[in-house]
Amino acid sequence: MCGVAGFVHLEHRPVDSAALRRMTRALVHRGPDGEGYFEAPGIALGHRRLAVIDLADGAQPLCNEDGSVWVSFNGEIFNYLELRADLQKRGHVLRTRSDTETLVHLYEEHGLDFVHQLNGQFAIALWDAKRRRLVLARDRVGIRPLFHATSRDGTLLFASEMKALFAHGAVRAEIDPVAVGQVARLWVTVPPRTAFKGVEELGAGTMLIVEEGRRVVRRYWSHSFPDANDYEERSFDDWRDQLDATLHDAVRLQLRADVPVAAYLSGGLDSSILSALVRRERAGQLKTFSLAFEDARFDEREFQQRMVDHLSTDHRQVSVGAHDIGEDFADVVWFAERAMTRTAPAPLLRLSRLVRDSGIKVVLSGEGADEIFGGYNLFREDKVRRFWAREPDSQARAALLSRLYGYIDRDPKAEAFWRLFFRPGLEDTGDPYYSHRRRWENTSQIRRVFTPHFREQMQSDEALQAELESYLVPDRARWHPLCRAQYLEMSLFMSCYLLSSQGDRMMMGHSVEGRVPFLDHRLIELAARIPPKFKLRGLEEKYILRKSFSHLLPQSVASRPKQPYRAPIASCFSAGKSNLTARLLSREALARSGFANVQAMDKLMSRAGTGGLGERDEMAIATVASLQLLDHLFVQRSAHAQQEAPAHAL
Amino acid sequence: MLCESQLRSDIRRFVIDELLMGDTSVVLRDEASFLETGTIDSTGVLEVVMFLESEFGLTVLDRELVPENLDSVDRLVCFVMRKKHAA
Repeated sequence: MCGVAGFVHLEHRPVDSAALRRMTRALVHRGPDGEGYFEAPGIALGHRRLAVIDLADGAQPLCNEDGSVWVSFNGEIFNYLELRADLQKRGHVLRTRSDTETLVHLYEEHGLDFVHQLNGQFAIALWDAKRRRLVLARDRVGIRPLFHATSRDGTLLFASEMKALFAHGAVRAEIDPVAVGQVARLWVTVPPRTAFKGVEELGAGTMLIVEEGRRVVRRYWSHSFPDANDYEERSFDDWRDQLDATLHDAVRLQLRADVPVAAYLSGGLDSSILSALVRRERAGQLKTFSLAFEDARFDEREFQQRMVDHLSTDHRQVSVGAHDIGEDFADVVWFAERAMTRTAPAPLLRLSRLVRDSGIKVVLSGEGADEIFGGYNLFREDKVRRFWAREPDSQARAALLSRLYGYIDRDPKAEAFWRLFFRPGLEDTGDPYYSHRRRWENTSQIRRVFTPHFREQMQSDEALQAELESYLVPDRARWHPLCRAQYLEMSLFMSCYLLSSQGDRMMMGHSVEGRVPFLDHRLIELAARIPPKFKLRGLEEKYILRKSFSHLLPQSVASRPKQPYRAPIASCFSAGKSNLTARLLSREALARSGFANVQAMDKLMSRAGTGGLGERDEMAIATVASLQLLDHLFVQRSAHAQQEAPAHAL
Repeated sequence: MLCESQLRSDIRRFVIDELLMGDTSVVLRDEASFLETGTIDSTGVLEVVMFLESEFGLTVLDRELVPENLDSVDRLVCFVMRKKHAA
């Protein structure tokens, strides 16, 4: 896993080598094992390397036989052995054993369609010297990040992280209020928008081609589902067999590395299945890592230990409390480079540190299974509300929601309130955002915590809707409601937050490469074709996955309902805490930045100590805290200071 | 006019295809309780009701959401026949 940086301009001007080095070295955490550069008039490619495959000869940037195609690449091409064999048959001369080298030769063979050959997670910057064409490409679901910005003189800068763009010196960080407004509704910014004005994210499954003064954005892959009444006539066992074979093969490919590969073990179904499959695939000791929480509401160590005992893994665990999250949150925002509604990335940053300190560079994670197999409560909520909508006056149908949300059962007095909460829009089942609308409308209330001046700079709901529609694929109405909900969750929360802020960024913060076998594109495409009734059976989530692999797990883990991964928020920054985030939430700091309403934040923080905060209040605090940090770490520092991580980071 | 044998056949097909996931190794007895045999869990009633409403144009009221109406093939047949006759 690595970091990519560089720039291109139309005129054949000599390259600013110092700027290229500043950019590349801003990514040292992504690749501590080495650096490399390619410079020619008008083009600069930089690379920081985390050596995982071909440790001796895999340095980058590298080129094809005649030096006409160069690449700087972050990620892994898991089917590289098959691709190499095919390329060699076609007469290509490969000088290294690396996966990277396949890219330049595949490009020679297939041109821009080379990406379709790749099974992997990648961010690629490829330079075709003959055509003077730059190709930026990102993997299908956005596991690896890639950003770009344009300086005043028309130079296109690109990098794995935005801090590298700012390190160039020609682009300044400025908070985009529209982006904050999107987070305070959708939980994410809608690509290509980022937290900073003028900086764009290359969306998942997308390429940017720069050639002859033109820029073309090309989406080469997107999620797709069959029409609701057009599923293949196949038996459950048939689907199960194919799922079994495909996931096995995904794990086999993703174990390819010249260094040991470990696994995260959350105690849930998905990571437990992965670890069990790794134990089957690989002889020898498997190292596993997990998080424990001091707060029992978030803790899963009991189930983790059952899997450790079951698989006899070499297990290590880090225990995290509110104090640790408070201490680490500034680093989280430094690496994640976004406003966020939760602190859940913080423990994952601490976990990746444990991994790295244990001498491990590569770790498998169970991300993606909930999205592709229908594991989230959101999907069950959608199903129950649609059922309820058929008879809106029914008490019994609404009562099914209590199966989803335990707190409803615990507080029967609140029944009338939660019924009211889920009631709005109940009968608008044709709404393309039906599954997510309640969540979004509830979240958007947190905008009240911002000052009127800052709120005025956010976009209207209509403008946001238009931006969202231009990002999403059309014709979703033909899909089954579960697929529509899955698509929104995968395209927005998974691709725009989970895989980065709780994935790549927290792992790369400590130079650890994460791999996500459930997001092998063959498995995503297979899962999309599996009929919804086999994914969400009644209200039983991930039914086919559970049925297929439960024989590998202890019964208590296989039958365990999903526990959402959460972490405490307000208590991490509350009164008496001395961490940077707590300081940035002081009245003086809030007044100075001008984003949040000081009185509103005062009230929230004073209630934090009494346990009187709801989930939405906690999200408001996390959003303001992360925004204050973004401003402090990126905007208030000079471009030159940004080339190094802040003193408290790393 | 609703034909009981056709209704029974439709309900059995639904139970086998949807609730038993096409598992034909299970002998489906028309009088057997869905809950006791594990054919559905307590939330599986959602699937059963959605089937009845979509397939037979019924509306299932809250007071009718009880095992006596919905917990076996026999009970479903009786329930649908009763509702249709009442309509």
